Amino acid sequence: MSFHVVVVGGGATGLSTAWWLRRDGVAVTVVEKGIVGWEASGRNGGGATHPVSPLFAEEQRLWPMMDDLLGYPTEYQSRRLRIGLSRRQLDLILEGVAVARAQGFVAHELDNQALRELVPFVSEAAAGGVLLEYGGHANPQRTLQAYAWALQDLGGVIQQHSTVTGFDTVGGRVNGVRTDHQGVIGCDAVVLAAGPHTAQLAAMLGIRVPVAPARAEMIVTEPLPLISIGGADGNGVYGRQTLRGNLAYGGGPHEWIDLPDAQTPRAVNSPVMQSVAKRVFELFPKVAHARVIRSWAGVIENTPDGRPILERLANPSNLVVATMSSVGFGLSPASGRALAQLVTRGGCDFADLSQLRLSRFDALEADWKAELGWLPWSPHAA
Amino acid sequence: MPAARDPTSIAHKNFSISEHVPLVVVGAGAAGIAAAVMAARLGLRTMLVDEHPVAPGLLGIDVPWMFGDRMDAAARNPARMVERIVAARPGLQEAFDAGVDVRLGVSVWSAFADGPTSKALAAPMLGLADGEHAWFVGFDRLIVAAGARDLALAFPGWDRPGVMGALGFAAAVGDYNAFSGRRIVVLGAGALGEQTVRRAGAAAVEVAAVIDVAARSPRDFGVPVHSGFRVREVLGATEVEGVSIARPDGSARTQILCDTIVLAIDTVPNVELLDLLGCAMRFAPDAGGYVPVTDAQGRCSRVGIYAAGDCAVVSDEGHGDPRWAAASGRSAAGAAARDAGLAAPVEPTPPEPAAIDRDAWRREWLQAHAGDDATTLPICLCEEVPLGDLLGVRPPRYLAYDAARFAQRDVRSLAADGPVNQDQIKRLTRAGMGLCQGRRCREQVQVLLAMQGNQTSGSVPMPSYRAPLRPLPLSVLAAFEESPEMQANWTAWFGIAAQWLPHWQEVPEGLRYEASWNLGRLE
Repeated sequence: MSFHVVVVGGGATGLSTAWWLRRDGVAVTVVEKGIVGWEASGRNGGGATHPVSPLFAEEQRLWPMMDDLLGYPTEYQSRRLRIGLSRRQLDLILEGVAVARAQGFVAHELDNQALRELVPFVSEAAAGGVLLEYGGHANPQRTLQAYAWALQDLGGVIQQHSTVTGFDTVGGRVNGVRTDHQGVIGCDAVVLAAGPHTAQLAAMLGIRVPVAPARAEMIVTEPLPLISIGGADGNGVYGRQTLRGNLAYGGGPHEWIDLPDAQTPRAVNSPVMQSVAKRVFELFPKVAHARVIRSWAGVIENTPDGRPILERLANPSNLVVATMSSVGFGLSPASGRALAQLVTRGGCDFADLSQLRLSRFDALEADWKAELGWLPWSPHAA
Repeated sequence: MPAARDPTSIAHKNFSISEHVPLVVVGAGAAGIAAAVMAARLGLRTMLVDEHPVAPGLLGIDVPWMFGDRMDAAARNPARMVERIVAARPGLQEAFDAGVDVRLGVSVWSAFADGPTSKALAAPMLGLADGEHAWFVGFDRLIVAAGARDLALAFPGWDRPGVMGALGFAAAVGDYNAFSGRRIVVLGAGALGEQTVRRAGAAAVEVAAVIDVAARSPRDFGVPVHSGFRVREVLGATEVEGVSIARPDGSARTQILCDTIVLAIDTVPNVELLDLLGCAMRFAPDAGGYVPVTDAQGRCSRVGIYAAGDCAVVSDEGHGDPRWAAASGRSAAGAAARDAGLAAPVEPTPPEPAAIDRDAWRREWLQAHAGDDATTLPICLCEEVPLGDLLGVRPPRYLAYDAARFAQRDVRSLAADGPVNQDQIKRLTRAGMGLCQGRRCREQVQVLLAMQGNQTSGSVPMPSYRAPLRPLPLSVLAAFEESPEMQANWTAWFGIAAQWLPHWQEVPEGLRYEASWNLGRLE
């Protein structure tokens, strides 16, 4: 019988991992409690520009190829435009750009006039912008379905609407994944990539994966004429203009929440969406008439330092734990490839993942969420 | 030890509420007016909100009803429209007299309340907006009497200006008195079609014919009725100039000249606000679609939320008789008053409407017009999604894609991986993602998906409703006072400083949060 990997979680990280494994001929089954890409992976801003990550170079190398590699459109668009309304915002942007420049990537500073040539509806008072000759953005929902379909086209299996209820271990290895509807799925290796639910799943194996779930939200406007660099944002909001022309932006206060069971409750919006609209309005005052037509929220997880955990553990030795700490979609082409290598080779040959080990949290206090203020808060609980 | 705070989280943020009222009634139709008047007389301070007259910009995009480009210029003068609406709804004067705080031209764009992912609000908030500002009111109780909206069902040419809904038509010839057509054809020979013919007669609008796909014995409309006919095409190059109909087998072709076609097959309960609030829903084929789960007095699953009138159940009785809706409104008002501790008699609940499978009408219509060969039939007008692209789960036209790959992908292949979900289809095809917020395709997409999978319509989960419930300009949403603590602690994405340090830098001890970290960092 061939080597069989069970990936728990049909989000960006899990599906990409499964797809990369399957490209290497590995038998793979993705177990997803709902629908692929349904949660945060399909609800984010679509950004693909993460210079602080050890996976950045690979993210940049892979995205331009993803439509061809997957065989389905992702709506990937290259380059980004960061807009500073004030000098202070611009300085902060430049600090971030320095991180990419240090890795050999190119960015051009733009004055207000040059900025407005690229984005006619940007504020005339904007201090300036930076055009990144790297990075980009894609449509999360379309990309997630592309991963799923590409995986199926290669013979990978996706079990939707299946919740993992436990694991069978023998001799320091996981050899079965128990599910509510598919029984026990035998396996030679397991990847836990279940977003905020990764903590509960790892706990079933006696492993503490410290992540805290939170809700965040976005808004979207009616379609507008296309600007030349769709990935234009700033003023405290992140997002993009979609290829259809809609402005999709998010930002602002998140809400730490509880996830008491294996399901993810419907993530609702809050009055924060009005503050998001305010910042988009300040950024693009010339499209003040653009109507907001929809909003949404999603649930993401963060580790205590906000950095991913990507590690194949020593015990169980065939278990890989993966959380991207709330920044997973854009990096998913690269994270999936790295995780596939962790499964098949035990290490990653294109990125230094040494800082992303779970063991960095071994000494973490039990009440770390309270220490950070990352527990749900209600004015009525006090 | 005081609990640590994450200053970038929603905790301890204040959201400004302009006023707090014990009861808000949403919708000043027969149900809402009756509810507000009764609640006020029982001693509840009551605000009654109605979106009409709607902003002129909404008329052109069929929000909230299908106006079909058949409103004349007068409808674009809100002040004049307010006068007309007050004149057309005598109950509004009664509400003024009863001390109800009546707000016309004010729409509800959102409601935010406690839920599994929302614990940080001090109290439930109802988001209101007019043409210039958006604000919040707090409430103890909320009666939703939001009425119904038009049921849109596709036929060849239905995307042409001049195709409107029965409710859009009723508003045009009624409240707004701004109908620009002269001669209409009515689609649907049921109670709603009959009511539409009656309304046309009262407004001296000529009815050329009534058409129904069902071969049921027609009621006596006093106008020609073509039962057992389907729409072949809409005549007219740019606007409706007539309609060509035929038997399902193509025989008996007939052309009828008209300037307006009124879709009057059924209406759909307006449950969007109730869904936003997390009220439990059920699919009821005899109530017009997804409706809130309520008790006999209209209490929803969420304490303090009530549903009255057409938004709770659409029926032939309701289409025919506003007294039915008013009784439902009084019943909910009595329940709200009693729940608030006031003495109020238990109002007689309106009689149960006749159990008719209204879902069957939708299937009948779509079977006649959206068969396998109708691949180019427009389904989602905003996003220009034809039937073939919907059922084939094709990407939108502006994206290049590998047709060979998609040849093996469609709604049925997706269904093999699990029950079909309309929100998933929406994300892939964009059907329902447009400016009209899905009002013109939500129901038909549901039924079309169900028909593909040989499922009941109710087995397709209701797509979620989201704020803003009406398209709302950025400038309006942005017109509010933001709290200083929101401004001071705003970050694009959490405030975890180490998340934005280059990976080659170790996480410094004690580095927790810095407001500036994220403002410009998220790329």
